[in-house]
Amino acid sequence: MVAAATLECPEAGAAGARLTVESVSHAFAIRGAPLLVLDRVSLDVEPGGFVALLGPSGCGKSTLLRLVAGLEPPDQGAIRVDGDPVEGPDPSRLLVFQDPTLYPWRTVRGNVALGLEARGVGRSRAARVDRALGLVGLSGFADVYPHQLSGGMAQRAALARALVNEPRLLLLDEPLGKLDALTRLAMQAEILRLWQEKRFTALLVTHDVEEALVLAERVIVLSDRPAAIRAALPVAVPYPRHRDDPEIVRLRREILGILGQPA
Amino acid sequence: MSGSIAAGVAPRAAAPSRRLPRPPWRIVLAGAAWLALAGVTLGLPEADDLPETAALGSGAAALGLALLVFAPAAGRLGTLGVRLRHGSPWFAVLALALIAWEAVTAKLALLPMPFFPSPQAILEVFLDDWPKLGGSILNSLILLSGGYAIGAATGFVLGVAIGTFRAVGYWAHPVLRFVGPLPATAWLPLAFFVFPSSWSASTFLVALATGFPVTVLTWSGVAGVNKAYFDVARTLGASRGFLILRVAIPAALPHVFVGLFMGLGGSFAVLVVAEMLGVKSGLGWYLQWAQGWAAYANMYAALIVMALMCSSLITLLFRLRDRLLAWQKGLVQW
Repeated sequence: MVAAATLECPEAGAAGARLTVESVSHAFAIRGAPLLVLDRVSLDVEPGGFVALLGPSGCGKSTLLRLVAGLEPPDQGAIRVDGDPVEGPDPSRLLVFQDPTLYPWRTVRGNVALGLEARGVGRSRAARVDRALGLVGLSGFADVYPHQLSGGMAQRAALARALVNEPRLLLLDEPLGKLDALTRLAMQAEILRLWQEKRFTALLVTHDVEEALVLAERVIVLSDRPAAIRAALPVAVPYPRHRDDPEIVRLRREILGILGQPA
Repeated sequence: MSGSIAAGVAPRAAAPSRRLPRPPWRIVLAGAAWLALAGVTLGLPEADDLPETAALGSGAAALGLALLVFAPAAGRLGTLGVRLRHGSPWFAVLALALIAWEAVTAKLALLPMPFFPSPQAILEVFLDDWPKLGGSILNSLILLSGGYAIGAATGFVLGVAIGTFRAVGYWAHPVLRFVGPLPATAWLPLAFFVFPSSWSASTFLVALATGFPVTVLTWSGVAGVNKAYFDVARTLGASRGFLILRVAIPAALPHVFVGLFMGLGGSFAVLVVAEMLGVKSGLGWYLQWAQGWAAYANMYAALIVMALMCSSLITLLFRLRDRLLAWQKGLVQW
């Protein structure tokens, strides 16, 4: 799988996939009446890029991630990964949810092994799981059940469950939304480190302006429902970024202005 | 309490050094109670000539002496000693209850005979009639386990199918709603002439009593599985079979066990009724037979055995659940 990925992307170390969203619109049926949640959203993420989608809660950001993951087909428009249309879920495009959604009946090791088990990867399974657990710093908790983990540790386990499959596109749906402030800072650094190490393409949905600015190379600001793109702002600040960096502070003020909030 | 809070450091250090008092008075008291039972049984004159008085008295004396002998050594018996100490109040109360029972039946004949036999009369049943009683337990167990296994397996498969496949749900749901709430015993007259033997009819009834709660709870368990669990597995490349076997079923297992417990309770009721009315063996039949011969001591003995059997089976199911659902927090203790 790794070899195939390297063949498709000749650039050295570029394991990430290119994501193209072309004018995607999507509606839900609420009591028979269609409710438009995405309105002609287009975006392009280069291989190995890190893009954040920022917008008010309930604006349809999560829906976009579900469409990209292939859990639902879009009503209109097209989603392509490396030029191929998305036709269903695929382990190369993985979603990390706001809730860790670990299976309570499996140990941490069993949860991380889930994808390999589902696809019948027998050989090398244990070694890959151990490596993924080490990557997120959970080596000592492999045989623990999810209810014994703290919120941050559970979310690390969920990250390991995705990363063990070597995804080329990682979709992060407010993965830190339910963590306390200090754990969130630690996990932001963790996600950044994993992205720099693995070079997957990352698409992060968040409503935390600072989180978007600290992590992403580009921040896309979405309007309230139906979500449409209001602005796309490149964040030209080298990593690791500091929250007090003048450019970050300036961008935060600009984004808050776009969202109609006093800075 | 508040003093230790004020002091800042709670004086808890003394707790670990606590030992069993020497000799442990609880165990000694339990032993004394059993010796008192022996004394009452053997020493006081009887209102009627009863068999096995000597056996009851000497048995109680042996148990009482054993408790007294083990009492000083309880501290060195490890977990057995701790259990002995924990259970000794119950031992003592049991002996006192037997003394009272012995007094109002065998000694003073205050209760009407033969409806309230003395303890030694029941002991006599266990000592003399154990082959028939043991055979009845065996027959009941065979009938129950066959029916229960069929009902639980069918209910589980059907419940998973209803929760998973829309078409199965469409056809099974109305049938379950219409027929399910009917008590299994209502089928008894029909079952006894439709099935070739009373044994197969009873197996069917036990299976029916087990199957309904297992089906409904398995189905509700499968239907109630967090949809996000399926999303996770689907993105990870899971097949349909994996979603059913590795996601839906493990997630529904706590519900399945509720159904298995309800089914076991229901199957006991059906078993006894079926044995009383049709099957010519088993504990239900033994009860009926004892009543017919006015052998009330045998009836009480059968009731005691039946309680032991049912409670052992429930315990067994709890053990199985604790093993399979070790991941759950706050399990109910049995």
